[in-house]
Amino acid sequence: MSIFQQLGAAAALPEILLAIMAMVLLLEGVFVTAHTPNTIRWGAIASMVAVAGLVIWKSGSGSVEAFGGAFVADGFARLMKVLALLGGAVTLAMSGKYLARTRMDSEEYPVLIMLASVGMMVMISAGDLISLYVGLELQSLPLYVIAAINRDNAKSSEAGLKYFVLGALSSGMLLYGASLVYGFTGHTDFAGISAALAKTGATPGVVFGLVFIITGLAFKVSAVPFHMWTPDVYEGAPTPVTAFFAAAPKIAAIALFARVMVGPFAGVTHSWQQVVIFISIASMAFGAVAAIGQSNIKRLMAYSSIANMGFALVGLAAGTVEGVEGLIVYMLIYLATTLGTFACIMAMRRKGIYVEQISDLAGLSRNDKGLAFVLAMLMFSMAGIPPLAGFFGKLFVFLAAVKAGLYVLAVLGVVASVIGAYYYLRIVKLIYFDEAAEKFDGADMELAIVAYASLAFVLGFIVFAQPLVNLASAAAKSLF
Amino acid sequence: MIATTFFFYLFSLFAIASAVLVITMKNPVHSVLFLILCFFNAAGLFVLTGAEFLAMILVVVYVGAVAVLFLFVVMMLDVDFTELRSGMLNYLPVGGVIGMILLAELVLLFSTWAAPAGDVAASVEAAQNTRALGLVLYTKYVFFFQTAGLILLVAMIGAIVLTLRHRTGIKRQDVNTQVARGPATAMEIKKVESGQGI
Repeated sequence: MSIFQQLGAAAALPEILLAIMAMVLLLEGVFVTAHTPNTIRWGAIASMVAVAGLVIWKSGSGSVEAFGGAFVADGFARLMKVLALLGGAVTLAMSGKYLARTRMDSEEYPVLIMLASVGMMVMISAGDLISLYVGLELQSLPLYVIAAINRDNAKSSEAGLKYFVLGALSSGMLLYGASLVYGFTGHTDFAGISAALAKTGATPGVVFGLVFIITGLAFKVSAVPFHMWTPDVYEGAPTPVTAFFAAAPKIAAIALFARVMVGPFAGVTHSWQQVVIFISIASMAFGAVAAIGQSNIKRLMAYSSIANMGFALVGLAAGTVEGVEGLIVYMLIYLATTLGTFACIMAMRRKGIYVEQISDLAGLSRNDKGLAFVLAMLMFSMAGIPPLAGFFGKLFVFLAAVKAGLYVLAVLGVVASVIGAYYYLRIVKLIYFDEAAEKFDGADMELAIVAYASLAFVLGFIVFAQPLVNLASAAAKSLF
Repeated sequence: MIATTFFFYLFSLFAIASAVLVITMKNPVHSVLFLILCFFNAAGLFVLTGAEFLAMILVVVYVGAVAVLFLFVVMMLDVDFTELRSGMLNYLPVGGVIGMILLAELVLLFSTWAAPAGDVAASVEAAQNTRALGLVLYTKYVFFFQTAGLILLVAMIGAIVLTLRHRTGIKRQDVNTQVARGPATAMEIKKVESGQGI
């Protein structure tokens, strides 16, 4: 029996394959002269989709641990990995024409996204504080680089630098918390921490470490009060990069958040619950209010994503199976809506130049009926208007909060949702009732496909909600 | 035993004192030199706990590479530290209060600390440092080790993506073509008619 069989390395096969494919494509970029950035990009998309397929294909095997508990492949991990990989692949597919037109297409860009995806998969499957940290760093480092990929642009460089400095600070806090937790429990693996906490309960040291770990994770999901980087990074980074930031890493970070809270710290729920409740309320309120004054649509999406993370954390704050189920459904809907919205934003191109002011959308309905309808429906969904998908996402998390007895949280969430509806509806008003601005050049095929697929998801969610909810429910159960 | 205690306090004292000096020195080069002293004292503390390998790594990596790099950057970049420090008095009250709260919390915390019973790592005295590391690095911790390797790969790619520029129009020395040149390719023989010029 080889050492790899002993360690159970087969469970991490999707990660290993994706890492190898990333390196193969990197070498191809260097040594094969007869390529374009496009072949590498499609190679990256194909490998990410194939790895997602591999994750689904192996899904019958229940919960598997590998590398002495450092890596856990359960139903929850598989579902979230598929979502993160699809998010990455779709944004990569959308980004081709944009990068080519703005002369930013390099061979390294898809490779960095693949390596970030490997990091996300490690994060989602983390079963140990060390794998949590290395996964998080492997995910974050490529993100810092691709935020600054338009290196001749001051805003893009600023975005990269800001993200890097604040990201390093948050990693430091997370590590500090992890070292305290290790010092007070004597374990880095989640099972060991859980067992030690069952014996001792929540000692001040563990709570102190836990708060620092939550701080680090809250930074990665950009929850208030650790959100300051989000608007600047979203605005400064090139739009395809922003689309990627809003989609895949959010899924991975929130999955990691959920796994850490309901895994090793399940025994001390009351210690983290109040922190998560506070973060959740603050994010929902801040995201709703601060978005109102924005004029740049990427900044608006940044505040919208802050608010969305607040709503998703409502599910986690409940700390129950229903709560995590709500969280998964919410993230699924968030992913679909965000990808569609960014497809629409990338279609905002006038005379070959990409525009990103909200006022550029004025009177869109007279020039491009299809795009206007898609964007309007996505905005309605994000505002939480039934019977669109976004309404059900919020419904599930709020129901879970009410069931867990967190009435105040649910009520405040509904209030924040109503305030937030204002700025979503303002865009709809701008599209349908304002004086028409100049025409856009017309969406590329990839963007149109993603936008209409997203529209179909948002409109059709009510029809095929049941299988998705069942899937989320099974995934949530595997975590407890 | 007394010697160990004596050296523990000696190294600790020097480490703390030099750490304080790092942030209070006016001259940034002196700050970096004190940082190096701090690293040496930390390495001394590692030796006292029996972790010689870590101590040597600390000296090699932090003193040999990181601190020298710092020194290099400090000397290369003309950073005006007095200007950086000018806002310090404004931020001192808020920063000081937060720092004091954190310190008080940590003191409270560590006064309650007790080693978790029965879960402590085995005594390191019997194990040899590098042997103990070698036994687990590629077996138990291979997953972390390889992932850390991927992180370093990303760092390399990132540094190249963000800084490499292909400049056109510059002349590079290519040794191979230079060596491969023979009289046939390098010289052109012209017959010059007398009194005509080329």
